[in-house]
Amino acid sequence: MSLLEIQNLSMSIHSYDILHDVTLSVDEGEIVAITGESGSGKSMTALAAMQLLPKGADTTGRILLGGHDLTQMSERALCAMRGNDIGMVFQEPMTALNPVHTIGRQVAETVCVHDSSVSRAKAEALAAETLARVGLPPERFPLSRFPHELSGGQRQRVVIAMAIALRPRLLIADEPTTALDVTTQAQILDLLKRLAREDGMGLLMITHDLAVVADMADRIVVMRRGDVVEEGQTDQLLRNMQHPYTKMLFAASSHQVTLPVAPKPEPLMEVQGVCRDYKLPRTTVFGAPGTFRAVNNVSFTIQRGERLGLVGESGCGKSTLTRALLGLEQIQEGTIALDGEPVFTGTKPNLNVRRKMQVVFQDPFGSFNPRHRVDRLITEPFHLLDDPPEGTDRQAAIAEALTAVGLAPEDAQKYIHEFSGGQRQRIAIARALIIKPELILFDEAVSALDVSVRAQILDLLAELCAAYNLTYLFISHDLSVVRTVTDRVLVMQSGEIVEQGDTEQVFERPAHPYTRKLIAAAPVLPDLHQEAG
Amino acid sequence: MISLTVASLVIFFVVEVAPGDPASFMLGVNAQPDTLAALRSELGLDVPKIQRYFVWVGGLLSGDFGTSYTYRTPVSEMIAARMWVSLPLALYALALSTLIAFPAGIYAASRRGEAGDIGVMGATQLGVAVPNFWFAMMLVLIFAINLRWFAAGGFVGWDEGFWAGMHALTLPAIALALPQAAILARVMRSSLLDVLGEDFMRTARAKGLSARQALWRHGLRNALIPVLTIIGLQFSFLLAGSIIIEQVFYLPGLGRLVFQSISARDLIVVESVVMLLVFSVIIVNFVVDLAYAAVDPRLRSRT
Repeated sequence: MSLLEIQNLSMSIHSYDILHDVTLSVDEGEIVAITGESGSGKSMTALAAMQLLPKGADTTGRILLGGHDLTQMSERALCAMRGNDIGMVFQEPMTALNPVHTIGRQVAETVCVHDSSVSRAKAEALAAETLARVGLPPERFPLSRFPHELSGGQRQRVVIAMAIALRPRLLIADEPTTALDVTTQAQILDLLKRLAREDGMGLLMITHDLAVVADMADRIVVMRRGDVVEEGQTDQLLRNMQHPYTKMLFAASSHQVTLPVAPKPEPLMEVQGVCRDYKLPRTTVFGAPGTFRAVNNVSFTIQRGERLGLVGESGCGKSTLTRALLGLEQIQEGTIALDGEPVFTGTKPNLNVRRKMQVVFQDPFGSFNPRHRVDRLITEPFHLLDDPPEGTDRQAAIAEALTAVGLAPEDAQKYIHEFSGGQRQRIAIARALIIKPELILFDEAVSALDVSVRAQILDLLAELCAAYNLTYLFISHDLSVVRTVTDRVLVMQSGEIVEQGDTEQVFERPAHPYTRKLIAAAPVLPDLHQEAG
Repeated sequence: MISLTVASLVIFFVVEVAPGDPASFMLGVNAQPDTLAALRSELGLDVPKIQRYFVWVGGLLSGDFGTSYTYRTPVSEMIAARMWVSLPLALYALALSTLIAFPAGIYAASRRGEAGDIGVMGATQLGVAVPNFWFAMMLVLIFAINLRWFAAGGFVGWDEGFWAGMHALTLPAIALALPQAAILARVMRSSLLDVLGEDFMRTARAKGLSARQALWRHGLRNALIPVLTIIGLQFSFLLAGSIIIEQVFYLPGLGRLVFQSISARDLIVVESVVMLLVFSVIIVNFVVDLAYAAVDPRLRSRT
């Protein structure tokens, strides 16, 4: 009998169906990955196994852990089970820890709450030992640290330590590395794998990232809209996919776009020796405040008509550089010019330049005012023009922009909540297109999208750059996306550009050690066609 | 320091430009011009305003609040006497409102949407809406006139002993505390509900804590920041804003002193009391900031 067996689990929340007849199992020492796009019910399956469902959830079916049906257990018995038999790791390490308690106390709490006879000193000793196991030795990370003193990856290690302190039989990890950088992600995945092997622990992993799945799991469960559509041993499933949805998922995650040939180099934007300093808080009353150089001596050129990528991990200065390029902030040294004109003049962005560039941001949910209709939202850049179109010209411009991104002109009268994430990102692109800019900056523009939607948006971007003669600067931490959608790439580390060159060349033969580290850390999908052959 | 200076300037000149000459007010409408001039010079009102300001501020700095125009007694003595009523009253009311609000807010938050929650929220709605002097009158009616547990008004003084003093302050403190408790309970509830939705509460549940344990161990302290802010604001109000309650219960507190001084154009008393209140607000804010740091380690490194 398996360690965890979920049998015919169906669930609805307030009569809205979430899961139908989900059946899956996890053996001891086995790593099972549930994958699927958003709304597939993978996280709900995990929460059901913990019996931590939201209020109003109505379940049928059985969830057996070592033969005991969790759905029949009392809340008291469930509390004794959680943390002791099943540990859980969550997606967002920045918020998963209580900010007002020390990490030692939080790890020790797992011990104390299950056995009140354990002395405080003993619980803390076990906490220290567990933290050392997850790579936070007490010499460097004393138990008295608070979560805000740790980085995201370190916090995730603390969360893992809390989950495994009592050596549970099953560990559930819900998107454990989605919020982390690639190099950190690789370390956390290694850690989870090692712990599962060392303790003979079953690991049920929820992730949307198929490359991670292929890399980690012994068995894969593919879910869509609350149904398990396919399940199998990893290598078998990858080699011989049955369900069209599985095939579509894998095809979409390794989606390649066809870019038009880049025209011959002619500089559009020139960036020379740019530095951006931030003031640090004063440490003494009268001393001058220190400065932190977020961008250090960065120089590059964006050629007209090319697709340039900018990759780097969080905190490397990508976003700061983006804001400087848009002329939103004053830089301390260097020049940024578009068509020979500076982007920032005096104390504000240079409007002559601003109207030639637009930006698309990551979050398709947060970057629109929910109280305005689409026509108002996408015509916002018109304020950059001296003579914005009025009346029918304006209607025509709206219709053209919406049609260009694959929406209907009638959508102009709708509100933003009526659209899905992918459609919202299309609207964001329409907003950028409407004043016919020369350069569009994409700041993690596809990172929040499901793979199938991401593939469509990438195709759209390829079409648009041919149709409108656009230049792209594509800022992302996702190397596979940058690889397919750019001609040239810049690699940024701690505020400096450490490598630049043709995309294929940089990916095939990275010269800088940091680039090599990044590429090695990024999980890649196995080349399915080769293996199938 | 800067805020105190600005406050002193504003208070002094706003009060001084208000119509009504203290000297002519004291002597009545039929006063002789030479008597008036003599009194004005005696009160120090004949020198330019700027000079008077510096005399006043200089006095404040050395602890000398000046002499009351009407009573001819040092202002500091008058304030000290009143302080012994107002400060205990404010602390008493604050303690009561916290004692009522915390359990009510926690109870409502842990039973969100259930009958208990709706009941508590209904009661606090009432508490916010009904003015405190009405509560005061009801309390007098029930506990002083019908039940005769407490005196209807007046203050016996601390000479009669601590408990006698507290006994006299109980009804006013309850009347002051109820509306404050209603506001505080609502803040506590909404703040706690926000925290209950946080990721780390789910982490706590996943560790094996029951919903109740998670709320007490992880929820409460995180919910305290907005509550502390409100408590700080309320304390300043309780210290100075109890004019009506002091009138209803006939208590010799700071509020009454200000009220009487304004009617008598005893400007120096008004200025000094208001200045003292500004000072106390700044002190309270400082204490609240310290409390923030005690509650939330993230705020410690910044201060």
